[in-house]
Amino acid sequence: MQQFPCPFCGERDEREFHFLAEAGKERPNTTVSIDDETWARYLYKQRNEKGEVQEIWMHLTCREVFLLKRHSVTMAVSESVSLRQGC
Amino acid sequence: MHMSRTHAGVQVNTDACFNFEFDGKTLQGCEGDTIASALLANGVVVIGRGFKYHRPRGVWGSWTEEPNAIVQVTLNKRTLPNCLATTTLLETGMQVKSVNAFPSAAFDIKGGLNLLRRWLGAGFYYKTFMWPNWHLFEPMIRKMAGLGAVSEQCFDDYVSDQLHETCDVLVVGAGPAGLVAARTAAEAGESVWLVDDHHTLGATHFYHEFIEGVAARSWIATQLTAIIAAGATVYSSTTAFGIYDHQLVGLMQLQGFAQAPRLIRLRASRIILATGAIDRPLLFRNNDLPGIFSQSAALDYLSNYGVSVGKRVGLASVHNADQVHDVFAKHAIEVVALNPQDEALSAIGRKQIQSVNTSTARESVDALVVCGGLTPTIHLWSHQQGGLRWQKNIHAFVPNREQAPAGLFVVGAAAGIYTLEDALSDAVHVAIGRASTPNLAAVSIPMPSAKTQNRDSQWIDVQHDVTVKDVDVAVQENYASVEHVKRYTTLGMAVDQGKTSNMLGLAALADKQKVSIPEVGITTFRPPFVPVPLVTYGGQHTHLHSKPPKRLVLEPTHRALNAALCEYGGWLRPGWYGDGRMDEHVQQEVLMTREQAGILDASALGKIEVMGPDARNFLNFVYYNRLDNLQPGHIRYGFMLTEGGSVYDDGVVWCMDEHRFLVSCSSSHVAGVEQLLESWRQDGNNPNQIYVHNATSQWATITVTGPKALDIVNALPLPIELNMAEFKHMRFLEATYQNHTLRIARVSFSGEISFELSVPTTQALMLWNDLLRIGKPLQAGPLGLEAMSVMRAEKGYIIVGKDTDGETMPHDLGFTGPRANKTAAFVGDRSLHTKTAQSSSRRQWVGFTVPKDQPMIPVGAHLVNGGDKPKSIGVVTSSYFSPTLQQPIALGLLEAGALRLGEQVSVWHMGQQSRAKVVSPCFYDVSGARLHAG
Amino acid sequence: MPSHYSAYSLFREGLRQQSGWGKAWRSPKPKKHYEVIIIGAGGHGLATAYYLAKNHGVRNVAVIDKGWLGGGNTGRNTTTIRSNYYYPESCALYDLSVQLYENLSRELNYNVMFSQRGVLTLCHSDPEMEMGARFTNAMKLNGVDAELIDVAAVKQRAPILNFQTDARYPIHGAIWQARAGTARHDAVAWGYARAADALGVDIIQQCEVRELILENGACAGVRTAHGDIRANKIGAAVAGHSSVLANLANITLPIHSYALQAFVSEPLKPIMNTVALSPASGTYFSQSDKGGLVIGGGIDRVPSYGQRGNLPAQETVLSGLIEMAPALAKVKLLRHWAGIVDVTPDSSPILGPSGVDGLYLNCGWGTGGFKAIPAGGLLFAHLLATGQHHVISQPFDLNRFAQGRLIDEGAASGIAH
Repeated sequence: MQQFPCPFCGERDEREFHFLAEAGKERPNTTVSIDDETWARYLYKQRNEKGEVQEIWMHLTCREVFLLKRHSVTMAVSESVSLRQGC
Repeated sequence: MHMSRTHAGVQVNTDACFNFEFDGKTLQGCEGDTIASALLANGVVVIGRGFKYHRPRGVWGSWTEEPNAIVQVTLNKRTLPNCLATTTLLETGMQVKSVNAFPSAAFDIKGGLNLLRRWLGAGFYYKTFMWPNWHLFEPMIRKMAGLGAVSEQCFDDYVSDQLHETCDVLVVGAGPAGLVAARTAAEAGESVWLVDDHHTLGATHFYHEFIEGVAARSWIATQLTAIIAAGATVYSSTTAFGIYDHQLVGLMQLQGFAQAPRLIRLRASRIILATGAIDRPLLFRNNDLPGIFSQSAALDYLSNYGVSVGKRVGLASVHNADQVHDVFAKHAIEVVALNPQDEALSAIGRKQIQSVNTSTARESVDALVVCGGLTPTIHLWSHQQGGLRWQKNIHAFVPNREQAPAGLFVVGAAAGIYTLEDALSDAVHVAIGRASTPNLAAVSIPMPSAKTQNRDSQWIDVQHDVTVKDVDVAVQENYASVEHVKRYTTLGMAVDQGKTSNMLGLAALADKQKVSIPEVGITTFRPPFVPVPLVTYGGQHTHLHSKPPKRLVLEPTHRALNAALCEYGGWLRPGWYGDGRMDEHVQQEVLMTREQAGILDASALGKIEVMGPDARNFLNFVYYNRLDNLQPGHIRYGFMLTEGGSVYDDGVVWCMDEHRFLVSCSSSHVAGVEQLLESWRQDGNNPNQIYVHNATSQWATITVTGPKALDIVNALPLPIELNMAEFKHMRFLEATYQNHTLRIARVSFSGEISFELSVPTTQALMLWNDLLRIGKPLQAGPLGLEAMSVMRAEKGYIIVGKDTDGETMPHDLGFTGPRANKTAAFVGDRSLHTKTAQSSSRRQWVGFTVPKDQPMIPVGAHLVNGGDKPKSIGVVTSSYFSPTLQQPIALGLLEAGALRLGEQVSVWHMGQQSRAKVVSPCFYDVSGARLHAG
Repeated sequence: MPSHYSAYSLFREGLRQQSGWGKAWRSPKPKKHYEVIIIGAGGHGLATAYYLAKNHGVRNVAVIDKGWLGGGNTGRNTTTIRSNYYYPESCALYDLSVQLYENLSRELNYNVMFSQRGVLTLCHSDPEMEMGARFTNAMKLNGVDAELIDVAAVKQRAPILNFQTDARYPIHGAIWQARAGTARHDAVAWGYARAADALGVDIIQQCEVRELILENGACAGVRTAHGDIRANKIGAAVAGHSSVLANLANITLPIHSYALQAFVSEPLKPIMNTVALSPASGTYFSQSDKGGLVIGGGIDRVPSYGQRGNLPAQETVLSGLIEMAPALAKVKLLRHWAGIVDVTPDSSPILGPSGVDGLYLNCGWGTGGFKAIPAGGLLFAHLLATGQHHVISQPFDLNRFAQGRLIDEGAASGIAH
């Protein structure tokens, strides 16, 4: 059982969290014409790094969505960042 | 048989003796005995039989490292298979049986298999049993394999507690190093846990008479007192069986025989392993004979249980032999000193050792005590992939402190520190978090290799019957990697998980390949350290605690009305009301609703409020359908799609005011929809402009549906009277009911005029009772979900997940507008225009009919094209006998179905074919006159 | 020369102290150039090499691996083999595999212990029985054996299961595939390795690929711990690390890596003669020939390359097992471990060109790669030998994602694969 730091609630059991996506994915502007490849890349392609990763997670109990930086082999968590910074 | 208890050991109470049975014979044991110590005290030497060749086997060890002494135990009519005799505390009346032996361990009819040994070596089964096929031979092999038999008995109270705890420092193992580490940390003010798997703490130390100048037992007692005084939590009978990510340790706490052990999930900032080291066996001919013991076990039985393993004992040891000699001498045990490196060393005896051959003599002995070195117990370290280093002078892999997993430390013999002084000072340093480089060079322990002769009689893994010869053959066949050898010979894969055999196997492999042991490498240790009952992992997450269904606030009321409660989308809801046949009740409820009215508990419907200046555009993005033009007081039906374009949920959205909406999603998707809304809200939108609030559990919703629905609702004590001309279909309004807010929505799933009445849950019972009371004289009554499901099918409405699958897109269901016309971006939009989404052969939503006298089409039947090899072109997703229309109706998805209306299609079910007519999915009130009546 | 295995050779070698057994495979030094290099000496890679040599006469082949052959997911799975899939494309693929397994021991002259003991997919409610009917019909129409059986028939096949009517997941019936079963996972890797080696394939172990040699936008070889090895075509079959390898070719894949756990209990006398899967509790189990219960479930919750399991999934899977068969609550767990699996968006594999010339992919098998080894190997060999898809592998090309042509078994059935 891992522990992830919610930016608001602190360290919590991994079962309270839900993995949403890799960080940095930008939804293409679908009001203009985009090709199949561009859309498929957005929908499906993953960096899936072995090592340091940056991911978007939700803390299900408080509903906060945040950026989690962790290591995909050691599972060491380096940082969690609220997406609200700069808002 | 003879009693070999020479004195009262430290752990047993010889004044409290009682009977137990072994293989049908009644024996006596004492309080504090393990099964093994009691058997040895009774002179029982043969305890079981080998897995493969059924050779006689006795006790080797005295704790979890024991590879042989596995027994089946019955107590108070509860039988547990595969109990380790060396760790199971003896209780009065235990019936102990050997496993893998019939009729008994002493006389086993399969003992003759030993004669076939030469043909049954490593991996023989990979080379035969291929013709005609393996499945023919398999039952015979399976019967031979397996240890104990598990009964079909279920113990009702066999349930594990699960606790969650945290601490600063966990110390595993209460030997001298562990005690010092725990005391130091506790006295430094840290919250400390000290656990040990033994029943008695500090009882594992038998080599030193004095520790730090004090008698060992008294030193241990002093440490324990100080540890407890410093506020530490101390548990015996508690095994740390696994270390998981982020310093979580699984602790199994024994609760007595046939009681489920407790699981403690302990998260420790630092974990100090003081798990000691395990004696290695020696390799020589017949080293598996009963009566051959590990050195530490022999000392353990002697000092803790007062049991001497023999009267004239051979001693072949590479470590601490002199001390052992002294201890034995003190107990008047005659010791025959043997050279462990003697190439000619071999054991002789049929069912137990009788003598030892050496290069110089043949010595008559009744037991042989051996030590082929020590193997640090590093399993837990390895669970977290801690680095290992080969320490040459002690011939052992030791934890490499430079490659330590986060928060993990090792002290004492487990760290390869075999001198007490060094171990204690190192433990102090580690306990207070100071760097320490212990001296591992103080002690040298040789590692005798296998003898060159009789390699097929030198046993490496006694439980799996693996010999040096097996390793030789594996290497000869080029199964050369350590993992290949392990898997090919099954070395180290038995119940003991190679605690004694692993290093011997590596040494034999290195020896055969003429390389060093570190070049061979090591196999990975897997949790758990000792076998752990499944129930300890599973805890109480069974029966209704397994994915518990959600409950309606009115459940007791429904039960009182004899509702059949079934699970729908994770909720326990009334399927129908009344005893007896379901179909009769469903038919009756449909007709009641169509003719009068039905009253349905719809509280499970999602009620998620979406508010804020950006709420309107946000919902317009999240929904397939346009919502930007939804007016206050209006309701719109719509789909939520995945980004892949498939229908995720259908539901209605209410516009409460310009900036406030209510998303009424399907009951099974509330959590999912909320999550979807939240993730889009925060990732891609300004979360300060939109708020999402799931109010599902705050509201109860009761639907009144049918021609009399209006009369019933208007008979409620409301400040308003509904007027259908003004209160049109797909509108809602707010009123008060008993001083509470009442939301009335005119939406329908049945095809009749319907009102969804939502009140705070506190008012649910009153509203329900009022409606039933008012409805009763009008022949209206409670309506279950099954009847509702029939009525929606008559109308051709879908149930997402039943009538759709992960491929269904909205245009397959006839909702083509937004795909063609919506200009704003919405979730899944681009996916509706891929090559596949545009295909003309997509499966589309249609209805099917058969003549009135024909049987219903089964749900799950496929629609096929003709020909010899029929091919699926669709599926039947819903099928009912319509009480309203008095004929079978069905719905489903059919390739290009919308273009096939009126055609006949072949229906295929379990090899049978029939015909059905493709029709529009709406069977009832096609014009919507009843729905829109006003 | 490798020895031929038979009851006779076993008898003979017994008499002469096993001295005549030859090497199961050689340990050759890599050559400078091969016709085809396959990265990954797991089941799929080894099977590919075998079929390249046997079906296509392409024998100048190397299979290279950073570790030991069969040391990845091939040796870490729960050994179930079945073809109970919904879509025609999947049925064609997985049933080809079952058919190849049916003759594999004799073909490879190596007993892989394919035990066709049948697989039960339990249905726990009337709606699940309806879904079971849909599924069974689909399998039958796709030419795969399947039966929808009632609760009495389930009880006959697996009496240890929970038949209480008030169980959390009462058993209403099951989808039964009789031809499905289990096999000895290591033996599959070893059997293919031995047979491929006998046909001239070089299996090079402990030789990590550090880089791909990319020339003019094409993949021309691999840069390894033992130097450069060139080839006309490179096939990657590195389940669990497919994204890492793709990264060497500067491409990204629609794959996420997750840990999948497996569990084995202490050995018991036979108590379970088939494989049972309960989609509702998320657990399946069988009993190995050695007597251990072999237990599996869904993937862990956190994307991972760490080959170790985590407690939440253990609790879910094992409490699920206790719910499925309460009498087994007292059985002790011996070992659990994890493999890293490639999870694709539609839970179906990817077979085909990578987009970089010369580099081909066999990946994305998710939790079900073991059962597909013979078919995956045969189809991948076809692709590497001819440069063209076999008709059965065509639908599994990477291009299906851009075309929106997913083969989403999970979505079709609600049953996790």
